Amino acid sequence: MALVKAFTQFVDPPTEGGAVDMAQQAESAPRRPKLETIQMNFFYGIHQALREISLKVHEKSVTALIGPSGCGKSTYLRTLNRMNDIIEGTRVTGKVMLDGEDIYARDVDVVSLRKRIGMVFQKSTPFPKSIFDNVAFGPRISGITNKAQLSEIVEQSLQRAAIWNEVKDRLRDSAMALSGGQQQRLCIARALATSPEVLLMDEPASALDPASTSRIEDLIFELKQNYTIVIVTHNMQQAARVSEITAFFCMGRLVEVGQTKQLFTNPIQKETEDYITGRFG
Amino acid sequence: MSLHRGGYEIRLVWRHRLGWAFEWICRLTTWSTMLLLFVLLGAILVTACTPDQPLRNPNFKSTVAAGNGIPAEAEFLPAKKPRGWLTWDFLTKGNSYIAEDAGIMSGLWGSIWVVGLTALMSVPLGVGAALYLEEYAKPTRFTKLIQLNISNLAGVPSIVYGILGFTIFVRMFGLRDRPEKFICSLGFVDVHFELPLGRVVLSGAATLTLLSLPVVIISAQEALRAIPASLRHASLALGATKWQTIRHQVLPASLPGILTGVILSLSRALGETAPLVVLGAAAQLSIVPGRITSLGDAIQHPGKLLQAPFDQFTAIPLQVYSWVNDPSRGFEYVAASGICVLLVVLVLMNGTAIFIRQRFQKKIRW
Repeated sequence: MALVKAFTQFVDPPTEGGAVDMAQQAESAPRRPKLETIQMNFFYGIHQALREISLKVHEKSVTALIGPSGCGKSTYLRTLNRMNDIIEGTRVTGKVMLDGEDIYARDVDVVSLRKRIGMVFQKSTPFPKSIFDNVAFGPRISGITNKAQLSEIVEQSLQRAAIWNEVKDRLRDSAMALSGGQQQRLCIARALATSPEVLLMDEPASALDPASTSRIEDLIFELKQNYTIVIVTHNMQQAARVSEITAFFCMGRLVEVGQTKQLFTNPIQKETEDYITGRFG
Repeated sequence: MSLHRGGYEIRLVWRHRLGWAFEWICRLTTWSTMLLLFVLLGAILVTACTPDQPLRNPNFKSTVAAGNGIPAEAEFLPAKKPRGWLTWDFLTKGNSYIAEDAGIMSGLWGSIWVVGLTALMSVPLGVGAALYLEEYAKPTRFTKLIQLNISNLAGVPSIVYGILGFTIFVRMFGLRDRPEKFICSLGFVDVHFELPLGRVVLSGAATLTLLSLPVVIISAQEALRAIPASLRHASLALGATKWQTIRHQVLPASLPGILTGVILSLSRALGETAPLVVLGAAAQLSIVPGRITSLGDAIQHPGKLLQAPFDQFTAIPLQVYSWVNDPSRGFEYVAASGICVLLVVLVLMNGTAIFIRQRFQKKIRW
């Protein structure tokens, strides 16, 4: 088995994040990745949470981050839209690039960055307002006040989040009256309303029942045609179903990254194999 | 084993009994407090509504003398307050040294002006300070010191605030020996005021603002802390600035809690006597701040509204205090009526604030 593995490695060396479409491989130049971290380290005060993470996220694809609890996946996700800036005493070294530009540069406006990179949290947190006001919040604070325009954006976002038919008659009702699965889809609609280019999802379906979970997964499948998605998940079956590229984190390091099918059937690193087969984590 | 059988059951019975006893203790505490309050309120109401006793006429001449061409005079003068002391007259007359003619008008309007200005000053200052401490300040030793000091200030006796207000606002640290008059011309009206301010509405309001600030700050802080961090994170992740998050999400959600603190502190400000006594607010006054005679007068002469904060004033608790101390006959009834008016104003003020709070609570829809 080890011999076969060594032979495979010799013939076809694994490239980090080098999983591009077959069709795109035919093109001469590889496309620039949408999001890229280069040798990124992350510190909570003196404690180092992420070590030398170099990962490429490609446009209009779904990248899954898996790993045991406390390995840094959510921390990594939050560095992508600078949500960790809210926490005191955090520090980032290395580069985090969006479309080739370092987002941690001095003159970067965090507010406009977060409009381009949207985030959906693990526990759905709708605002204690009406459904309409929830989805319209993003456009409103960026200056859109025209009622007709706002209505259009709200309808579009709710349709893209596959929840329009359920709420179109009660847009003025409180968002807290929705069920858990509906609230999470509302949060997705809310994130979509700012027309982001990237969607970051931190275990979006972990608090939901299987039926709602599968609806969210279908939604992610639809959304990837228009958005770049990075999803953190504990559920390996979910990662296998939904993503094209999977990255395995462990103890703050990026252990392995590759095409989802290949990672799950034929992982290269032993740690990955142990995690996937359930020997730890 | 057989020795301990039933032990659990016996202890269970006593656990139930303990719960029942505790519930009854709480019930009795509430009822006894309510009973005390009702007895007090009842006594005051009865006193205020006691009909006036007819006075003996000092010029009484019996009918016998009437036959001599001298007109008869009644033995008893008609009672001036046959239906009790809490009448419309009472609300529209200024103070007087005759009990039957004493009214609470200047106290009522003085209180309204002072508490109104206090609310206008203490709410923005208090909520702003709470916002800074909760949202913007880094938790250093300095902010912990500020926190400790605010909690302490909430317990300082009100007379100390009176002395403080006297020094700062009335005498302004003695910077000027004699008050100098100033006139501020605003086009349609001239506002007259003195520096140092003296015993005016603005001094009283500023003093009471200092008094009510700690309570407003502490309760606003508690209300802000109750908002979960996830709400702020969700708002920031949508591309809102910190100020937008506070203005659109945090403040509206915490408004009911903030309003509760405001209600409490304003109720206290309405009833405070000691600081106003130290300030030297008048007790015998028959005019209202600004000398506004009616609503029409206020609309016709808006300048009077601007002049009012710089006028002399009195307050309901002050007038009640001076009536209670007056040994002349009849003033205990007047004092009781004054207390009734104070309670009604308090209920109206709290009712308005609670109504506003309900409206916001409905809008928030947790």
